[in-house]
Amino acid sequence: MRARGLGAVAAGAAVLLLLALAGAVAPLLVPDPYATDLGARLAAPHAGHALGQDSLGRDVLARVLHGARISLAVGAAVVALSLLVGVTVGAAAGYLGGWFDEAVARVIDVLLAFPGLLLAIALAAVLGPSLGNVVLALSLLGWTGYARLARAEVAALRQREFVEAARALGAGPGRIVARHLLPLAAPVLLVQATFGMAGAIVAESSLSFLGLGAPPPLASWGAMIDEGRPFLLVAPHVVVWPGIALAATVLALQLVGDGLRDLLDVRSPRQQVVTS
Amino acid sequence: MTGSLGARRLVLLVPTLLGVVTLVFAFLHLVPGDPVEIMLGESAAPADVAALRRDLGLDRSLPAQYARFLLRAAHGDLGQSIAFRTSVARAVAGRYPATLELAGAAFVLALGLALPLGVAAALRPGSALDRIARLASLAGACLPGFWLGPLLILLFSLRLGWLPVSGRGGLAHLVLPATTLGLGMLAILVRLVRASMIGALGEDYVRSARAKGAPEWRVITVHALRNALLPVTTVAGLQAGALLAGAIITETIFAWPGLGRLLVQAIDARDYPLVQGCVLAIGLTYVGVNTATDLLHRAIDPRLRDAR
Repeated sequence: MRARGLGAVAAGAAVLLLLALAGAVAPLLVPDPYATDLGARLAAPHAGHALGQDSLGRDVLARVLHGARISLAVGAAVVALSLLVGVTVGAAAGYLGGWFDEAVARVIDVLLAFPGLLLAIALAAVLGPSLGNVVLALSLLGWTGYARLARAEVAALRQREFVEAARALGAGPGRIVARHLLPLAAPVLLVQATFGMAGAIVAESSLSFLGLGAPPPLASWGAMIDEGRPFLLVAPHVVVWPGIALAATVLALQLVGDGLRDLLDVRSPRQQVVTS
Repeated sequence: MTGSLGARRLVLLVPTLLGVVTLVFAFLHLVPGDPVEIMLGESAAPADVAALRRDLGLDRSLPAQYARFLLRAAHGDLGQSIAFRTSVARAVAGRYPATLELAGAAFVLALGLALPLGVAAALRPGSALDRIARLASLAGACLPGFWLGPLLILLFSLRLGWLPVSGRGGLAHLVLPATTLGLGMLAILVRLVRASMIGALGEDYVRSARAKGAPEWRVITVHALRNALLPVTTVAGLQAGALLAGAIITETIFAWPGLGRLLVQAIDARDYPLVQGCVLAIGLTYVGVNTATDLLHRAIDPRLRDAR
């Protein structure tokens, strides 16, 4: 299992690295993703525009690469914010127990009583379309998974001898959780974060597809697919390429997550990534 | 014991349902700025603004608004839809069957394909069929519906002309939306059926059944599959609930006149009472499906009957 895990992590990480690199150097490689050319609307791929042009004559390759920046940045931001909130709340609940633990469990129950995408859509709808609001909406839902994991690990470990020992040496609760308990929860949180990033990237694209995420003219993959839909028959390339980029990104994260789980020997239920 | 445990599970529903309704109530108050002004526009007559404010209960104190919302929601009264000029309850009820039809079709499709594929893959691990099933399930989990849907339309409707582009009608109208919606679930279930079946085939009771000379088809279907289906039930139930959220996107792609499309239309029209109604209807259905799954799981797994 380990060898297979390593191969999967390497393959997935290579794709992600390539994507991040392409996104980073995109301004040097490709034309301006916002430059319109109404004379070349929906032009098929040709020299100078390797993936063709969209309904406003904008370069599809440039927009796909700038879309990678949006996807990876939103995914990373959602995971970072969710991890921070989830681990803090979950560890506190697991360590303190009592009414705080109960209250956190109830809040998580209510948030999980909705399908995730539905709440994200509703939140994004009332907050208004912007990438900041997408990150906010997805993080408001995303922290629950990490909180559950952190809570379970901390609650299971806090009675162990090494915690006793640390306490006897005068370590406070904050130090015990941060230095002695959370490092042990890191593998399971890391695997969850990988799947969480894939989920956040799909969710951002879904929201942008519905017009609730990245406002135009931003080159979010979901928004590009939505904009290209009316021209499917004459210019399928406008829809096809952002989708391939999105599928490749999710597949790569999926491979890294599966591989890490094998490598780190984490037992956790497989995360559902796509909800539609 | 099953009866009292079932009742216990239903009692636990109360705080969840209250939380769901509270969250839906809170939405209107998360709107940045004045929701009434956003809904009617800045040029609205002051009398209209006051009337809508009174209709939404926004002229009262927050606790009074909350009590009013709870009371009315309990009676199925979710206020008036501004865009559709009808009651929210009526608009939601009118679209509900279409969403159930779509989600039901996707569910049947996913489960109907996942069982034979997963079992076949489990019987010959490492075979070509197993590799195809695993590759397909990995790919299926990565293809978002809002991309797959348009591509299916392009191929089967626009190029080949076999199936309608959009709308609701006979069985032909259902094929592409149900496939788009069900594929993600199919991918997850194939993987699960395969893993669960491989686990069951390695158990002692399967060896015993073979040792006493039971025919292989009986070993597979009666002894292994029945046990392998237990975890599948739970995940299939959870996924059935998730189909409701996926339907929001699928219905948008295929102009399917269900709750999801209504929600998107309500959002575009800034019709907040209708948004609340759609979110509440989908949320309550989701809770209902998950509770039913839980009860079903307890009913078919004797080990859970006496457990808490």
